[in-house]
Amino acid sequence: MTQLFTHYNYWIVVVLMMAGFFIVIAQGNLVKKLIGLNIFQTSVFILYISSGKITGGTAPILQEGITVYSNPLPHVLILTAIVVGIATTALGLALVIRIKKAYGTIEESEIQQRDHTC
Amino acid sequence: MDTTAMLIDVAILTPIIAVVGILAFSKKPNLREAISLIAGVTLLAINLKLYSSFNHGEVLSRQWLEILPGLNLSFRVDALGLLFGLVASLLWPITTLYAIGYMRGHNEDHQTRFYACFAIAIAAVMAIAYAENLFTLFIFYEVLSLCTYPLVTHAGTEKAKKGGRVYLGILMGTSIAFFLPAIIITWLVAGTLDFQQGGIFPEQTPIALLSLLLVLFVFGVAKAAVMPFHRWLPAAMVAPTPVSALLHAVAVVKAGVFSLIKILVFIFGLDTLQQIPVSDYLLYLAGAGVVLASLIAMRQDNLKARLAYSTISQLGYITVGVLLAVESGVMGSAMHIATHALGKITLFFCAGAILVASHKSEISSMVGLGRSMPITMTAFFIASLSIIGLPPTAGTWSKWWLLTATLETDHLILMGVLILSSLLNIAYLLPIPLRAFFPGKQAVSGPVAIHEAPPAALIALCSTALACVLLFFFPNPLFELVSQIFSEGTP
Amino acid sequence: MLSHLPILQVILPLLGAPACLILGRGKLAWLFALLVSTLSFCIAATLLYTVYHHGVISYALGGWQAPWGIEYRIDLLNAWLLVIVSGSSTISLLAAQSSISSEIALDKQGLFYVAWLLCLAGLLGILATGDAFNVFVFLEISSLSTYTLISLGPNRQSLWAAFRYLIMGTIGATFILIGIGFMYIMTGTLNMADLAERLPSASESPTVFAAYAFILVGISLKLALFPLHLWLPNAYSQAPSIVTTFLAASATKVALYLLIRFTYTIFPSEFSQFIIPLADIFVALGIVAVFSASIAAIYQEEIKRAIAYSSIAQIGYMVIGLGIGGVLGLQATLIHVFNHALMKATLFMALAGIAVRIGATTLTSMQGLGRKMPWTSFGFVAGGLSLIGVPLTAGFISKWYLVSAAALAGRWPLVFLILLGSLLAIIYIWRVVEALYFKSAADNSPVKEAPLTMLIALWLLILGNVYFGIDTRLPVSISYEAAAALVEGRP
Repeated sequence: MTQLFTHYNYWIVVVLMMAGFFIVIAQGNLVKKLIGLNIFQTSVFILYISSGKITGGTAPILQEGITVYSNPLPHVLILTAIVVGIATTALGLALVIRIKKAYGTIEESEIQQRDHTC
Repeated sequence: MDTTAMLIDVAILTPIIAVVGILAFSKKPNLREAISLIAGVTLLAINLKLYSSFNHGEVLSRQWLEILPGLNLSFRVDALGLLFGLVASLLWPITTLYAIGYMRGHNEDHQTRFYACFAIAIAAVMAIAYAENLFTLFIFYEVLSLCTYPLVTHAGTEKAKKGGRVYLGILMGTSIAFFLPAIIITWLVAGTLDFQQGGIFPEQTPIALLSLLLVLFVFGVAKAAVMPFHRWLPAAMVAPTPVSALLHAVAVVKAGVFSLIKILVFIFGLDTLQQIPVSDYLLYLAGAGVVLASLIAMRQDNLKARLAYSTISQLGYITVGVLLAVESGVMGSAMHIATHALGKITLFFCAGAILVASHKSEISSMVGLGRSMPITMTAFFIASLSIIGLPPTAGTWSKWWLLTATLETDHLILMGVLILSSLLNIAYLLPIPLRAFFPGKQAVSGPVAIHEAPPAALIALCSTALACVLLFFFPNPLFELVSQIFSEGTP
Repeated sequence: MLSHLPILQVILPLLGAPACLILGRGKLAWLFALLVSTLSFCIAATLLYTVYHHGVISYALGGWQAPWGIEYRIDLLNAWLLVIVSGSSTISLLAAQSSISSEIALDKQGLFYVAWLLCLAGLLGILATGDAFNVFVFLEISSLSTYTLISLGPNRQSLWAAFRYLIMGTIGATFILIGIGFMYIMTGTLNMADLAERLPSASESPTVFAAYAFILVGISLKLALFPLHLWLPNAYSQAPSIVTTFLAASATKVALYLLIRFTYTIFPSEFSQFIIPLADIFVALGIVAVFSASIAAIYQEEIKRAIAYSSIAQIGYMVIGLGIGGVLGLQATLIHVFNHALMKATLFMALAGIAVRIGATTLTSMQGLGRKMPWTSFGFVAGGLSLIGVPLTAGFISKWYLVSAAALAGRWPLVFLILLGSLLAIIYIWRVVEALYFKSAADNSPVKEAPLTMLIALWLLILGNVYFGIDTRLPVSISYEAAAALVEGRP
């Protein structure tokens, strides 16, 4: 039981991940799909960052009297991953704009329908 | 470096060089065909030189390059290879001569493609004949399938395409699905793929594995047209007649049985072969094929189709001969390669000549044709005798040896089968020339004036018919060659 | 200078991309991109040579030593892949300018090369780096630029294909990210060599197991391994033709590299052998991929799409090789990676040439092209023959090793399934060959040959297919050394 609560951060990760994944799969609207993808990615970011936190540790700046530091490396990694995520979202949205221009819709089912009719 | 051995390279490269010439002069038919002819004669001369050097006891072998570690592209002259090489190179110039008459008489399209593919096929045949190992043989076996495909589909009609599909489908399909794995397994088991006197398998190889391999090889070499993988041969008959004549009566099918003999004698070895129980079943399968194909042949009214089934039946003889696993059987088979080639090519030449001269392809319409095409029909008659195995024609000798072999191994049923099939041969071949000469009371069709085929074609078919007779009276070179298959020193 | 080659390999195209942007539109950007790609290829070749003769190269980025800094580690495996990827990029770029002229608006062409170089940098980065997180970063660099490249395709479907690939690709990459995160949590390191040392002690933990599972699924998505392949046919058939050529030859190979790297180098061997029957799963998925994709390919009317399906089937073969395992199995995979790059590049290059001239690659639109564009059409035939695995082409060598590996492992059914799969290849290739050569075109308007640069690139590839089917020393020896090093854990 204590395990359940002390590691609540992982539960948040799992819930976010599933929610994001579900949205990507279930939503037909392309923008919503991208939002889902973002939530999905964000859950992974939280997974990384929270793993670096050590209870009682502070920011990793050398100072007198402090012996416990949180691990800074995950933060650095995730900084990169966030940038990647933003790039992905930007590209995805750009594609959505182009799709809207070309097809006149951003609903998955309608796009597929229009591809098959022509 | 041994200069005589380099003749092997020359033998393989001569047709290739001819291809270049043929393509270069595609706009000048006379020059193009002259190149084909010259290359043919040159190739024959080279093979004769190889033959005489071989008879002087020279070891002729060439290694080109190592494709995979331990697997070379290499060549070596041996008795069996020489036999095959000589037959093919003798018939190439003759067929070219014939083709000139036929293709022009028939106004065929794409003649350049025709001559080019033809020459490539001959190069592949040379490489197969002198292959020193199974790997080399397989490579050129595949090349032969591919380069004859455009020849089969030459007409470009829907029927030709369908025939081509069956042709390539069966030949490539079996070679990839059966032949290739058999080779790879052999390589893994024996550690070599070189043809060696007495076989290459280590003694402790399990019989079950050998049986599997034997079955894979026999069916994998579909060019030998062992039933049930014979369908490609009738399908290939959509090709122009010179192609049917040289490739599907001589080069391709003989490459098949040649490969089979090579594999059974020099990969398995006769002693090992005798110990494999499954070879009996294959023997009876081949025997059944002989009779069945003859029966089917009787029902064909299309002359080329009848000849095709006749070929399947005769190939069965050769397969039976090898599977008997005695020396006389193998020698009979080897001789049958040569004698059947001469006989069958003459028959196809005649079929083509009839087609060109009278536009007839159905047997029922050929009654009485002997009056207007006496030379062709005489040649047809002689060749039929040779296929049946009656004196004074070459076919007598090979059938004699084959029958001896069945006696030697106490396969009396098979002996019966072979004799029965020969009787059937009489029934489906001889009536054609006989009724051409003696139509009896039946009305001779049409008053249309029919003349003999173009002279080029006539010369070709007469010379092969003559060869059938000559080989009966002077069979010694052939005897000597096949008797060396098992002598020490060759491979 | 020479010691900095590992980083130059990646940084050169990475910096080349913005430089390309400055150069602007059209020809100049093309020449520059071609130059950068050629230099990359030279670097890769030098690296391969160095690694082959002097062993593994380790390069500490910025001088920070291995476990702390990022290490670039070049062994035979990734040096081999570096050559393949940079080589296919160079060959494709050579033809790119002519190919995209009809597909992409002039003002976008400069940007096209920027995306191309970024993609190249990403792919090379994945290969060169010895750091797990770095893999993710480069994976995303290459993926993002790939989505862009695909979306530049001529039809609006390309946008939709790119979007779907973006969703799938991002999910795949994020899965890999999760896996890497788990590994980091368990071991506290991201360096691959370090991970390999520390993971065995933690191999009991379910977290490590989960990490492996996430990474496997993520890579399989990028690899288009059945059943995660659905994005590939759309993406490949809708992308600009020349992009397909490049991607087919490189992108999936890089994913396969990751699969090998994670399975053999990073995760403890008992993992992939005992905890989950990974080898069997690979073989099963591979077989299903081969058959389902080949059969799908047979029914495609759009040939680019058919060949894209064929890629899925070929990936199946590579994964089967992994599943068979052992040095020979891995070697078969590595040889096929190279040969498949050759043959697929040839096929797609020929299709690109056809697309430039007639604007479509449907079966009906290609009818009769054999006579109108003989040089290009022959490219398709050559690539097709190699794909089928005809002797004297590169594809035959792949097949030989794959079948040998299966036979040596005693998996007889697998031997026949593999060969059966290549029979299906005959069917889908031959449909096209028949359309090209034996059907007459609907309209007889003359069609010009493909542009010169495309022809040069195509014929280089054709010669490559033949050359590496005959002289196999290079791929065979390198793949053997690389496979042995991976299996035996040699550094």
